[in-house]
Amino acid sequence: MTERIRRWVPAAAVFVAALVLWEGVVRVFDIQGFLLPAPSAIVAALATETDVLTTAAIGTFATALVGLGVGSLMAALAAFAASRWPLVREGAMPVAIAANSTPIVVLAPVANSWFGLRSMAGGVFVVAVLVFFPVMINLVRGLMSANASELELMQSYAAPRRTTLWKLQLPNALPYLFSALKVAAALSLIGAIVKEYFGGSQERLGQYITSKAALFQYEEAWAAIVVASAFGILLYLLILLIERRAMPWHVSVRRT
Amino acid sequence: MNALELQNVDMVFNPGGENAVAALRGIDLSVEPGEFISLIGPSGCGKSTMLRLVGDLLAPTAGSVTVNGKSAPQARLDRDYGMVFQNATLLEWRRILANVELPLEIMDVSKSERIQTARDMLELVQLDQFEDHYPWQLSGGMQQRVAIARALAFRPSLLLMDEPFGALDEMTRERMQMELLRIWQETETTVVFVTHSIPEAVFLSTRVVVMSPRPGQITKIVDIDLPQPRVFETREDQRFFALLTRVRESLRAVEEE
Repeated sequence: MTERIRRWVPAAAVFVAALVLWEGVVRVFDIQGFLLPAPSAIVAALATETDVLTTAAIGTFATALVGLGVGSLMAALAAFAASRWPLVREGAMPVAIAANSTPIVVLAPVANSWFGLRSMAGGVFVVAVLVFFPVMINLVRGLMSANASELELMQSYAAPRRTTLWKLQLPNALPYLFSALKVAAALSLIGAIVKEYFGGSQERLGQYITSKAALFQYEEAWAAIVVASAFGILLYLLILLIERRAMPWHVSVRRT
Repeated sequence: MNALELQNVDMVFNPGGENAVAALRGIDLSVEPGEFISLIGPSGCGKSTMLRLVGDLLAPTAGSVTVNGKSAPQARLDRDYGMVFQNATLLEWRRILANVELPLEIMDVSKSERIQTARDMLELVQLDQFEDHYPWQLSGGMQQRVAIARALAFRPSLLLMDEPFGALDEMTRERMQMELLRIWQETETTVVFVTHSIPEAVFLSTRVVVMSPRPGQITKIVDIDLPQPRVFETREDQRFFALLTRVRESLRAVEEE
């Protein structure tokens, strides 16, 4: 346990030092709040705005989470199809890789006209599209990563194709899937918040940030940014936890 | 009935194409039940290809492969083959016991019977202390023993081994050879064994099949009439050296052609 605590000490020290430096710079150079509020001012705003921010964050987080779920599920189905049929793979993979290289988040303002300003569906749609491509591409790579002798082994048992998928290819793909999900987790919050910048319910982080910024209440805007970061880290840790549970055998997880 | 019968087998990769490769030509071979056959020859002589034709992992361009009186595809569906590769090919997410259970799981054997059989097999290869370990916690030799246990778990009549000890150090290798012979005699399995090593082929086999490359052909079959069971001293026997020389000269004749 003490060993684990000690491993966190450097990171905690850097974090605290950065905060102190930030606070010091703002005070010494008398930087204006609209440029960069001091950490103490942001903490004060967090305290007064706790209720509003909690509601907004939960709404945004829910959109991101549902979008992440829907997008990943669709990606998994597409990946299974692509790994199963070479024709699908050859047709879909270049398109998927091309789509993954475009800034899909630009769909955000369009989503409003498709799903209406106030529905959650628009946000879910943007997030789902955003996470779909990285998850699909990585999962296909993972499913195809079984080596020749592993496949020959299954063949020698006359294993049906779905058994090979289930018992060989899918476990083999788990490390790829989790790396993709960690990227997708960050993307999902970006997608949800950017979509909210373009309108929608006031009780969402994106709208909260834009409206507070418009009113020159930068302490509040920054408070919302801090909350968004916290939720991003939370989501990442959640996926890390599932990863450790799902593949205790993997090099990245196992302890000698 | 022969355990294995190859008749006039040809294998061409990319037939008709510009980069067509004749891997095997006119292969005839009969193997009786309980034999231990080694395939030996220089790289590219098609010995691994021949093993894959027997195991129905490849289909021959011409000729027939018959296993226990059945076609090779039927024999595969009947689970007549146990395969062991150069790398142990253990699934890293499964513990040792679960790795040995894998073929039984695929063959819908009940859980309790699966565990019982897998434990028996691990005992056979003397690794019953390691059933809860992960593959990475075992040495290369131990991993290969697990692979042998897994291949034998469903009692296949034919054990196909593709340079299974090729990645092991010399001492481990000789221990593994003794172990394999013990298992072979206990289980009465027919073995087809691909190797680069002349002493390994002579020590293990009842017959050694010498092959030549491009296209792969059988140039000689050497009967190994060393007494059974083979023991440590077998390697120091005059007859052993005489047979080594026989196989070596057959291989040299191949090279000089």
